[in-house]
Amino acid sequence: METNPENPITFPRIGSPAPPFEAVTSMGTLKLEDFKGGWLILFSHPADFTPVCTTEFMAFAKLHPKLREMNCELLGLSIDSVYSHIAWVRNIEEKLKVKITFPVIADLNKDVATLYGMIMPGESTTETSRCVFIIDEQQVIRAIIYYPLTTGRNTDEILRVLQALQTTDKNGVATPANWRPGDEVIIPPPRTQELAEERAADKGLKCKDWYFCKKKL
Amino acid sequence: MACVKPDGSLTETAKTLLRQLENFLTAEEIAPRIDQPLFKVRSVMRELVGNGLAMETDGKFQITSKGKEKMNVEH
Repeated sequence: METNPENPITFPRIGSPAPPFEAVTSMGTLKLEDFKGGWLILFSHPADFTPVCTTEFMAFAKLHPKLREMNCELLGLSIDSVYSHIAWVRNIEEKLKVKITFPVIADLNKDVATLYGMIMPGESTTETSRCVFIIDEQQVIRAIIYYPLTTGRNTDEILRVLQALQTTDKNGVATPANWRPGDEVIIPPPRTQELAEERAADKGLKCKDWYFCKKKL
Repeated sequence: MACVKPDGSLTETAKTLLRQLENFLTAEEIAPRIDQPLFKVRSVMRELVGNGLAMETDGKFQITSKGKEKMNVEH
């Protein structure tokens, strides 16, 4: 990928609007805006017909019904043709008995991959790394996760991040390390001395100190 | 998910959608009726409108006379 110091490539960041695109997929031409109003997990994989990616696609397919219950769709991407995608998902269904129920972008010209910074030239200039973008209902990027070519993703963690983000949005809370649905959540620290005193005196919360309080939802 | 096949006939998805469009409906109203994800409905509707088979007014879709003709021919 060429870089121009006067016009550096900027990549999407958490909290920024997801860059719009229109792309050919295994389910027709789709635009980012087609997903508006729901959450979207946009993820890239290095190549069709490769073993790690096949295990990931099966894992994402298994997760898909749960994601749909959470108003979230999946959209895959690689630098392969739509015919390769069609052949691969048919192969997975035939040989491994798993139906791929989500669309996959055929990004042969690398337009979307470049827009989202999915190509890591230090790893490969011809394949996308294992990138995950969690995009919310307003099409703002809420989380970005990168994995190298050799490491298959943990879809349970991706689900956990989505659950945490939706819990945060619904309840105005944060989530602690290794949080799981049902665990206590973190109440954001008070921003004034007055609120800190109120917080410390609140017997309804589990506080270690004024800045570190948890509660059950 | 092209709505028109190379031979000019409609895909099953296109037919299913056009059957819903006797009255003006939004994509959000159509999706649960045909048990399809919203992104898919939006994408196919865009193609149907592009092919003159449906029309959009204020975010609501209705079948056109060309769409009705096409459906009648294929029945």
